[in-house]
Amino acid sequence: MSEVAVEKVKKPSEPLFSKKNKALISNPLDDDNPITVQVLGICSALAITVQVKQAFVMTLSVMFVAAAGNVIVSLMRNMIPNRIRIIVQLVIVAALVILVDQVLKAFVYDISKALSVFVGLIITNCIIMGRLEAFALGNKPWPAFLDGIGNGLGYGVILILVSVFREILGSGKIWGFPLFGHKVGALLSDGTLATEASGLYALGYVDNGLMILPPMALITVGAIIWVQRARNTKLIEA
Amino acid sequence: MAVDVNSNKYTFIFATVMVVVVATLLALASESLKPMQNENVANEKRQNILSSIGISVDASEAKAAYEKYLVEAVVLDANGAVKETEVNAFDIDVLKDYKAGLSNIYKANAGDMEAMKAALTSWGEGGVNYPLFVLNKDGQDVYVVPVVGTGLWGPIWGYVTVASDGKTVVGAVFDHKSETPGLGAEIKEASFQKPFEGKTIFDENGDFTGIKVIKGGAKGDPHGVDAISGGTITSNGVTEMLVRTLKIYEPYFLGLQTPAEPEVEEVVADSLTMAMDSLNVEVVDTTVVD
Repeated sequence: MSEVAVEKVKKPSEPLFSKKNKALISNPLDDDNPITVQVLGICSALAITVQVKQAFVMTLSVMFVAAAGNVIVSLMRNMIPNRIRIIVQLVIVAALVILVDQVLKAFVYDISKALSVFVGLIITNCIIMGRLEAFALGNKPWPAFLDGIGNGLGYGVILILVSVFREILGSGKIWGFPLFGHKVGALLSDGTLATEASGLYALGYVDNGLMILPPMALITVGAIIWVQRARNTKLIEA
Repeated sequence: MAVDVNSNKYTFIFATVMVVVVATLLALASESLKPMQNENVANEKRQNILSSIGISVDASEAKAAYEKYLVEAVVLDANGAVKETEVNAFDIDVLKDYKAGLSNIYKANAGDMEAMKAALTSWGEGGVNYPLFVLNKDGQDVYVVPVVGTGLWGPIWGYVTVASDGKTVVGAVFDHKSETPGLGAEIKEASFQKPFEGKTIFDENGDFTGIKVIKGGAKGDPHGVDAISGGTITSNGVTEMLVRTLKIYEPYFLGLQTPAEPEVEEVVADSLTMAMDSLNVEVVDTTVVD
């Protein structure tokens, strides 16, 4: 036992951004993407990808909770009784999310309002529990932190990609900014309502209402998985 | 030294300590941040009230601006009459009253769908308080009515401002707890709220209509605005909320419309004929002189 312990003490001399650690961030972006490869967190990917802004805020929140949760569980990994580890992880994630919510409410009320629905969704996001269970319980805090950031990013990349398609095709906007001109009744920058259509809408263009509805998010995710597997042959199952 | 982390004793101790630590932490955070959160909520309420009369201010200036524009805040009873009460109109939590009212109806009519439906349509006889904020806009008194209702996923609420004539809507703001972004959540966007301006809540005969959110477009209806495509349940919730709540304030608004009318008309008629008379005389006089 003691020899193993000595060996382990020597190991941390590896650099902070060694090849292995960099892979913790880059893997979830492609080869091991939480949404398209592990197929986790699909529910929230459907719910909040109507607008890019919401997807972006959700990405930041999930990155934060995944990284902080991973670090805390990793620090406690030798103290957590095996039989109640899932409950312990759940309590840590839930407490973290509630704490973040309370602080946001007190200091940056606007952001807290924008997050309203998503804060609750973070707790139920399988990615976070999945990474705690699969990675943080068996690794040191620094790799666990990178793993949390990496998976949050991998999740966010897909989320934002889907929301870009859905917002452009569904509402003709990007980040709330109109791309194709105004529809009748749209609010103009001077505070009045548009009385006639302009831009593409004047030529008869109509937004695709189906893009706003959840099924199109699933189809978009499916298309992304298709493209990803066509490019990355490692992912093709025999 | 070696502790068996998987023994029953350790598991129990760990679980207990963890729960106590987490609970203490959350309770401390919640208690110490409460005053700031409440202040934020109150400022947002002031911002919403001001925004329904077309004034937008930062949260930090909301309190001063609200006090500047406020004429009075009164409390009405369920019959729309001004009530003598100790309660501060600003502190009334209309959402809480609404929820309590709903659950009372459900409890009182449990198992009887027909009676429940009837009770839900004749809403408001709960004897609760209905706040009304009288603000000054461009020298005119306007009347801000807080409204609450039910959307698809949770509560929706807002403020509707009626002009001093008691029937024209000056502005409206809405907000929601958890409606779907891009669909029901659009009720908090200006493009949904702006068309409320200039709509009326009474028809030409003086009968109450409220304002309806109409699927497929309002097409110039003086009592209706366009619904949100894909947000039908939220849109219907807005209609229900507006009609139900404004109905309670109907007697008050009728009071704004009627009291002066007959007298004013007489006075106007009298002074008008008098003026005409004197004018005629003068005209005649001048022609004569000429």
